[in-house]
Amino acid sequence: MAWETIDRRSLSEDELGPGLSEAVKAKIRTFFDRYPTRQAVLLPALHVAQDAVGYISYRVMREVAELLELPPAKVMDVVSFYTQFWTHPRGKKTIVLCRSLGCELMGGKEVLAALKEKLGIGEHETSVDGEWSLMTEECLAACEHAPCMLINEKLHKCVRVEDLDRILADPENDKIEVVRSDLYDAPREPGSQA
Amino acid sequence: MKHVGVPNSTSLEVYKSDGGYAAAAQALRMKPAEIVELVKKANLRGRGGAGFPAGLKWGFLPPGRDVTYLCVNADESEPPTFSNRVLMESDPHMLLEGILISGYATQTTVAYIYMRGEFIEQFHILQKAIDEAYAGGYFGKNILGSGYDLECYIHRGAGAYICGEETGLIESLEGKRGWPRIKPPFPAVEGAFRQPTVVNNVETLACVPHIVSRGVDWWLSLGHENSWGPKMYCVSGPVQRPGCYEGPLGITVRDLIYGEDFGGGMLGGKRVKAVFPGGLSMGVLRGDVFPRNAGAVDPKQDYDELDCMLDFDDPRRYGLMGLGTAAGVVVPEDVDIRDVLVNVTRFFGTESCGQCTQCREGSNWMRKIAGRLRAGAGRLYDLDLLEDISNNMGMMPGQSICGLSDGAAWPVRMLVQKFRREFEQHIAAQDPEAAERVLREINPAAYELPIVEGRATRSVGGTFQVPLDACGAGE
Repeated sequence: MAWETIDRRSLSEDELGPGLSEAVKAKIRTFFDRYPTRQAVLLPALHVAQDAVGYISYRVMREVAELLELPPAKVMDVVSFYTQFWTHPRGKKTIVLCRSLGCELMGGKEVLAALKEKLGIGEHETSVDGEWSLMTEECLAACEHAPCMLINEKLHKCVRVEDLDRILADPENDKIEVVRSDLYDAPREPGSQA
Repeated sequence: MKHVGVPNSTSLEVYKSDGGYAAAAQALRMKPAEIVELVKKANLRGRGGAGFPAGLKWGFLPPGRDVTYLCVNADESEPPTFSNRVLMESDPHMLLEGILISGYATQTTVAYIYMRGEFIEQFHILQKAIDEAYAGGYFGKNILGSGYDLECYIHRGAGAYICGEETGLIESLEGKRGWPRIKPPFPAVEGAFRQPTVVNNVETLACVPHIVSRGVDWWLSLGHENSWGPKMYCVSGPVQRPGCYEGPLGITVRDLIYGEDFGGGMLGGKRVKAVFPGGLSMGVLRGDVFPRNAGAVDPKQDYDELDCMLDFDDPRRYGLMGLGTAAGVVVPEDVDIRDVLVNVTRFFGTESCGQCTQCREGSNWMRKIAGRLRAGAGRLYDLDLLEDISNNMGMMPGQSICGLSDGAAWPVRMLVQKFRREFEQHIAAQDPEAAERVLREINPAAYELPIVEGRATRSVGGTFQVPLDACGAGE
């Protein structure tokens, strides 16, 4: 693998990626009175921002830093530490497959191999049409339903290789059934998909 | 003790219809110090892994403080643990009642529930429960007319195992990377936002309402010396009924796997090869019988490690680090032990936060060695090397800040010690030419170095002497 180094100070405006809308910034501000410091809002802010933009672009990092009165380097520090924050665009649906011991014993490896073949992508990759991203996670804490995988928000339990076609073809495969709370969601435009 | 399976169990109505929040009302009429005494008397030990007495932890808070934070550790990342998830998705109000009582006992001003980012459904369920509790007057200002104020927020993590460590959790709550802090100062003195902080596990807090409402005598009727009360056990892997079960502390691993009320036996009648009874980091038990006397098997005298009792002390007799989370994953007889080693080392290699060198490098070194063993290019020397690395990382040799690296080292050491013969058989069965081919692929720079045969020597003092020609032979 070749690494490409980027001088982030000299990036041009259009290389910074998408930024945050005013509504999202207002949403992030609602978290301010929950914590005694601004910096503590960083994780909620990044969750909201990632929900709005899809990933954490350089512009988002800058804007969040400005909002929280932090140096942008601190924001990047945190973004790079946590596995759930993406620093590059990802597919519409992200599959997170568990690969911890419980799931592996129950056939997680076969499911991973089948997923790679069906989607034509490897781990931590996004398909060319931008539909799917595949990644593995160490434990999803659903070991009694092994092997399990998340598609965006929905946890699929006891996934068998033969179920994969049905799961992947289902357009509702990322919707959860419980009552949603929009606390960590970005504000939606009226009329757009929630 | 819980409402799993009750329809609509997450709603406040259902919880209250069953005597919910009665304990909170009772507790708010008591003095905070009385509740702390009660919890101390019950010897409620933390359910999150370390088993530290919760009452004692609360007692460390300095007197005369203005602000106290309560961090609820819902960052359940230890595979294969899922009891907190079950509790939060089917009985969120029990947790909230526990937070309210514990918050009152410690005079907490704000409670943060640090929930791991992978819990998505659970977040929505718990957030709805919190909204209901606010509407019902159980959080906010002047709770139930007692003049006590408590705010409760969920703080979502973003996928880091280390944030289950209490100071790592606090750092993450403050909006930094979850690097644990050097203790002391302990969080009770200086924790989140440099204020006194209590960090308790979900399950620990969910026990508190029951201690208050049912009394210490009821609590002490369950379990045995030093390990009182009920515990949520998890069992997963190829068993008939994987899941989360509640029982008194002190059931045996055999009960957990074969008991009718628990795992219900192995799938397909397979035998147990190994069990990780307390989460991966606590170490491993062997499933086969060790006869005390050579020859005939005598069930009265022979024992196997499945007789290990799951309480706070007994696992240590079997070389485990402790009870951990009491979540067992069962490895059946037909699984290659090298696969298990690869999985375990990969987990800790990935999840080491990278702060302390010994943990960051050691866990990944072990992962590479495990991968090499798995690929059929192992050497007997690797087994000694694994033991040596695992003896030299962690808090106990004094090398790291938090216990993650002990947790990374412990299962590797246990696996190598307890399954050494199997590893040696695998190594003996390797094809030397294929092994060399694999080594060349893995580390082309070392391809001309010889594969070292035989074990490294150990001196009397137990220090490890590496034969000179083995140094650098493909790390």
